[in-house]
Amino acid sequence: MFNLWFNLNPILQGVLKGLAVIAVIFPFAGACSLAERKVSAWMQGRPGPNRAIVPWFAYVPVLGKFLQRLGVFHLIADGAKFLFKEEPLPGHVNKLYFILAPALAMMPAFTTVTVVPFGAYLDGAGRTLPLMLANVDVGLLAVFAVSSLGVYSLILAGWASNSKYPFLGGVRASAQLISYELSMTLSVVPVFLWINAPGTPGTMSLAKVVAFQSLPGFWGGAWFVFLMPLSAAIFLVSLFAETNRQPFDMPESEADLVGGFHTEYGAFKWSLFFVAEYSHMIVGSGVFTLLFLGGWNPLPWLSLADFFGWLRHLTGAAFTLHPLFVGVVSIAFFLGKIVVLLFIFMWVRWTVPRFRYDQVMKLGWQKLLPLAIANLIFYALAIAFIER
Amino acid sequence: MAIIPLERKPLSLAERTYLPAILSGLKTTFKRLLKPAETLEYPEQRPAIPPGYRGVPTLVRDPNGREKCVSCQLCEFVCPPKAIRITPGEIPADAPTAQVEKAPKAFDIDMLRCIYCGLCQEVCPEEAIFLQNQYSMSGYTRAEMVNHKDRLYELGGTLPDQHFKWDKKKAAAEHGNAH
Repeated sequence: MFNLWFNLNPILQGVLKGLAVIAVIFPFAGACSLAERKVSAWMQGRPGPNRAIVPWFAYVPVLGKFLQRLGVFHLIADGAKFLFKEEPLPGHVNKLYFILAPALAMMPAFTTVTVVPFGAYLDGAGRTLPLMLANVDVGLLAVFAVSSLGVYSLILAGWASNSKYPFLGGVRASAQLISYELSMTLSVVPVFLWINAPGTPGTMSLAKVVAFQSLPGFWGGAWFVFLMPLSAAIFLVSLFAETNRQPFDMPESEADLVGGFHTEYGAFKWSLFFVAEYSHMIVGSGVFTLLFLGGWNPLPWLSLADFFGWLRHLTGAAFTLHPLFVGVVSIAFFLGKIVVLLFIFMWVRWTVPRFRYDQVMKLGWQKLLPLAIANLIFYALAIAFIER
Repeated sequence: MAIIPLERKPLSLAERTYLPAILSGLKTTFKRLLKPAETLEYPEQRPAIPPGYRGVPTLVRDPNGREKCVSCQLCEFVCPPKAIRITPGEIPADAPTAQVEKAPKAFDIDMLRCIYCGLCQEVCPEEAIFLQNQYSMSGYTRAEMVNHKDRLYELGGTLPDQHFKWDKKKAAAEHGNAH
């Protein structure tokens, strides 16, 4: 099976990988929207969506009722609604850019997934090899560079809509993204200062960051969230701003800008923006997990290789070291952490009230940026002292 | 009244980061997440209607099953939005309740006009019309939203009052109206 895959034409491999990204991320983002509705409802003391059911599924004894109460079928209902409802195209918009914007929103959201490692397997020699679609050495730089392109779709949508609320939303989106991009990038520099020891080839690879969090020993096994808590905090806050989540939902600002950049959008074009936002959240959570939460390592100070070594030792079963088994379990660990982070996104949404625009700018430029610079200087000096 | 200037205490470092406040907020929302829902799932679960609720106006019968309305048309007269329309009719002389003399031939309440004020109930000298606990009216046409007499009695049912005003009147008449 592996040989068949590796003997495929590279272009065909690329197409299949791309289709896999769409096939995984699109439903995942849809599930996020459902989870958002359910979590919102529970936090507000409501049961949430729980009515839709596929006709024949109502006869499945316990599971059918359970899934209905969980609102799983609303996912299908929502998707079908977005697909089949009328696509409104206002008369006053710039049609080409108006239609281009949602497509442009999807591209960076899906592209960044390819450079994010999402799991690992052990080869015969016991080395941990990352699972990723495109193993590029620029790693995190590629994520930052491509995900920032997402803001162009918001600006384009705001401008092409040719009305004041979307325009203001687009302006706010660009201002907010630029403000928080700086502190976000600066907050991860200490991590790469630490893993790029002098004399070794430099790397920005996310897989290397995880490898550094899987080393033996107290300092080696510690996740970077323990070693660099301030970096993690700044990164997380900037991540909220970058993904336009509450309390930083300036581009959308449904309270003062109707719907912000997507005021004029409806039906499937609107849902593409929605999916893009959730894809950004998923990728952002993934990058945070890789950088600060140990990637696919099950627990702090317990690396994937150790975990499977123990499992092999305890059960004595040979399949526990099979690459497929290890890969699936490591992906499960990684996805579990992403799901927890996504829940935190939703949790914070219903806890922290929205910031005003000036508060967002003040927090970005006057608080987070100096803090990120101070953090960088502190860790630069500390790392220079330790590795002297 | 004296004006007391209060000195605003400077925020501590922890307070200025807002983190303790945000964390306590997160605790509150998480506790709320674990509690059961406060809402009712409407069509299946209905709220308990308190006594004295003023819902849809209905016509009632007395415990003997006699329709209490004597079509005096006071409710039609008092109704502010003119939702009630009564067509009076005679009770045939051979009926057991012939002493009542009149009963409505038709009694229509247009629920698209009704404002649930309860004046019809207050004005009724026969205690024949009551705003009861039905609160949900729906229909596909305007005509469906007009409650006719049979529907009004179906909604109203029987009230267990023990006045029997007209029976007593009949008995008194049979005894020569002696006081």
